[in-house]
Amino acid sequence: MSNSLTEIPARGGNLAVATLPESERKGLTKKEIAADHPTWCPGCGDFSVLALYFKLIEKRKMVHEKITTVAGIGCSSRFPYFVQAHGVHYIHGRALPFASGISLSRPDLHVFVFGGDGDAFSIGGNHVNHTARKNIKMTYVIMDNFVYGLTKKQTSPTSPIGFKSKTDIWGAVDQPINPMKQLISAGATFVARTTATNPNHLLQMMEAAMDHDGFSVIECLSECVEFYEGAFDAANPRKGGVFNQVPADHDVTDEVAAYKLASDPFPGHFGIFYKVNRATKNANEAKINATLQEKVKGLKDWQILQKSFERLK
Amino acid sequence: MSESTVTAPTSGGAPKISKISEAIIRIAGNSQDGIQAIGGFLARLAGRSEQEVMTFMTIPSTISGGPSIFQVRIGSGEVLSSGDEADVLLAFYQHSYEGHIDSLKKGGIVLYDSGHVEPNPEWTKDYHHVGVAISGLTVEAIGGTAKDKGKNIYSLGLIAKMFDLNVAKLEKLVAERFTGKDESILKNALAAFHAGYSYSMGNLIETFQFMDAQKKKGHQVVMNGNEALSYGLIAAGVRFGAGYPITPWSDVMELLRRELPKYGGSFIQTEDEIAAVSMALGGSYAGRVAVTGSSGPGISLKTEAIGWGVMAEMPLVICDIQRGGPSTGMPTNVEQSDLNIAVNGGHGDSPRVVIAPTNVEDCFYMAIEAVNIARKYSVPVVILSDQAISTRIEAFEEPDLEKICQDITPDLSPVADHKPYSLSAADGITQHVAPGTRIQSGKYPIATGLEHDELGHPTGSPKLHMQMVAKRRKKLQALGESLPVPTVYGPAEGNVLLVGWGSTQGPIREAVDRARAAGDSVSSVHIKHINPLPPGLENIFAGFNHVFVVEMNDEGLYGYGQLGALLRARYCDPKIRGITKTDGLTFRVREILERAKSTVAAGVRKL
Repeated sequence: MSNSLTEIPARGGNLAVATLPESERKGLTKKEIAADHPTWCPGCGDFSVLALYFKLIEKRKMVHEKITTVAGIGCSSRFPYFVQAHGVHYIHGRALPFASGISLSRPDLHVFVFGGDGDAFSIGGNHVNHTARKNIKMTYVIMDNFVYGLTKKQTSPTSPIGFKSKTDIWGAVDQPINPMKQLISAGATFVARTTATNPNHLLQMMEAAMDHDGFSVIECLSECVEFYEGAFDAANPRKGGVFNQVPADHDVTDEVAAYKLASDPFPGHFGIFYKVNRATKNANEAKINATLQEKVKGLKDWQILQKSFERLK
Repeated sequence: MSESTVTAPTSGGAPKISKISEAIIRIAGNSQDGIQAIGGFLARLAGRSEQEVMTFMTIPSTISGGPSIFQVRIGSGEVLSSGDEADVLLAFYQHSYEGHIDSLKKGGIVLYDSGHVEPNPEWTKDYHHVGVAISGLTVEAIGGTAKDKGKNIYSLGLIAKMFDLNVAKLEKLVAERFTGKDESILKNALAAFHAGYSYSMGNLIETFQFMDAQKKKGHQVVMNGNEALSYGLIAAGVRFGAGYPITPWSDVMELLRRELPKYGGSFIQTEDEIAAVSMALGGSYAGRVAVTGSSGPGISLKTEAIGWGVMAEMPLVICDIQRGGPSTGMPTNVEQSDLNIAVNGGHGDSPRVVIAPTNVEDCFYMAIEAVNIARKYSVPVVILSDQAISTRIEAFEEPDLEKICQDITPDLSPVADHKPYSLSAADGITQHVAPGTRIQSGKYPIATGLEHDELGHPTGSPKLHMQMVAKRRKKLQALGESLPVPTVYGPAEGNVLLVGWGSTQGPIREAVDRARAAGDSVSSVHIKHINPLPPGLENIFAGFNHVFVVEMNDEGLYGYGQLGALLRARYCDPKIRGITKTDGLTFRVREILERAKSTVAAGVRKL
């Protein structure tokens, strides 16, 4: 194989980038974090999620290059374009396995995934189950609007029975998915519920999720003003609803209690339903690696391979 | 068996000893009989004795049991295929005997387990029958509890005697195989081996001795195609991958799962095929080319994500270990019917690279080439292997690993500015910077499946779409131009040119050798780069009256196999025709020659 075929040109040396130690770098301003102007409809709940994500980045003094924002397909999944950081706009429903690939190979990065109810509970449903089961470290915010918005009002997996959409003109008939129940039973180690109309609570949940060592998921009710207006009024005190926090005495490590809490009818509760510490896939893989690398200690990669080849002679 | 004219003198009724340059041994039994182990020992021994070797096996796709064969061809000279006809058939059961006697050449030796096989008197005149109570004698040698276990090693002893194989080397191989297990297992295995070796095959008229092989440079390593492919990926610096089990791809993922942690990497078993390709793409995006793979049905599932890889210009290596299709098809049989999906699978204009290794050694080197093409051109690269190459064992010269192994750790040093889809890059070739890289301008890129501008932000601009489509195409055109012109095997001009790809190189070259020895004007060319095609093929084709594309797939609606159709579309040359087949088995040399003759005779198809 000729070298010219595959030789990659060098980047051209080190750049005179200010090499301030991490601790001395200032936190980012909103202006520095914001990228494209969001293309969402005016009044969309997703604006609030984006604003609070910026706030989180500011507050936690994260730096551009360490943030990786991943999304699938849907209105909410446009998210990465609006964030000035390394980002990925992947295919419908598969953002989680993609983000897992990043998380498992790059422990130095904060991996955030944003998406909607279609991504999470319909086309990508099985990936939610398995990312949860494996407890891969990342934060996943499901912006749930109970409807397919990008394709203009079809029934979503969380649309309530009776919801009239273009694919259920007489009203939806299929039992909707209960996100909290689904996530708890799948084995997610951090499961929380919030709403875009309560910014303080949303930020609080994002912070707690980010601090969790494992797969942390937030279902954030985020209204689609265009195709399901008023869907979450019952959860919004400003619209005459009630914002019920998870009871103070709820034991977040009690799976059954969390499941019961999730059974309450809409608007249900908001807060952390379930949170336990279980070894992450990241940690489990690192442990396997440490054990196996102990056996080849001091060897260069080619020498490890050479050892394998000795057995093939 | 190619015998030399020199025959050792016989004396006192002892069997005649013939010097041979090669032998083809077919072992037929059931899948639990450990016949692959015998074949493996023979192949490894050949490797250590500087001989060439090639094996061929069939396995049932049933969950447990079923007839299975393993064929080994060992030679002191070049071995190109696993051979058309066997010199020796070792048959454990009646069905093995009856089902495979046809694969034995006339006058060949059938060595059968007289405890299970009743010879057919009609066949005894054509084939030399040697009955040994293999099962009974194995039990006698190692005790009654062993049952069927051990009869494979007993048979290895018989074969070792028949071919005067190096006992010390074989003992060492057996010992290595059972190292770490209960000591009694090794003791039993050696006991069975020696019992077989010392069995007096009274009615055997001759034994054989391999001629000395040509001295090889350095050592040989012995492995199958899936192993070579996996180790090649490791040598190339791949440290992350994801997959879902499917035959015959699973071996690759099992090996990578086991080995990568030693190098600080991981291979993840995912919930499905789509998650596998997605996770691998995530790994690639994170900075280091990752690998995924599958066989037929799994490749179909991955196509949407591969399209994203093309659009987002993400490097990725996808191994497709082809099997019989469509749908679940023939999971344990070989076919080359995934060329179309590899080249064109997916919606939209999505050019990607497709390469096909030609033998086991090539699996190792092409895995490295795939990684490097993916890195340089930021594109998914499909490696088209197949069931035959994945399971067959060959010996090849040990690679110089110190020289070959690559470090492809991502460069995360800061950059001033970065446009992952820059339209001013020469030949449209760009590389993305991995997350973790600080970009001084403060403008960060998005890897995306939407049509985009140079930074990866979405666009609906007709002009940008045209420019980006062209960018993704141009880089592959540049790759195509840089590829080496394939070399013709045999004279560059003549009557018939056989064109092949992938695992068929051996039998095609042997067909060329055989045809030329018989005075026919036949050459061949093997295409390793399927998409883009290498330059210079039209000039090669111009040197021949007939161009036959030999491939293991269907002739299609219009009479051409998958590569055949691609070459016709590319070169508009009516003399390109197909020699295809879909029996799920590798090409026999004879088959290729007969088909070439009949195709020449049939003349150009009238439409």
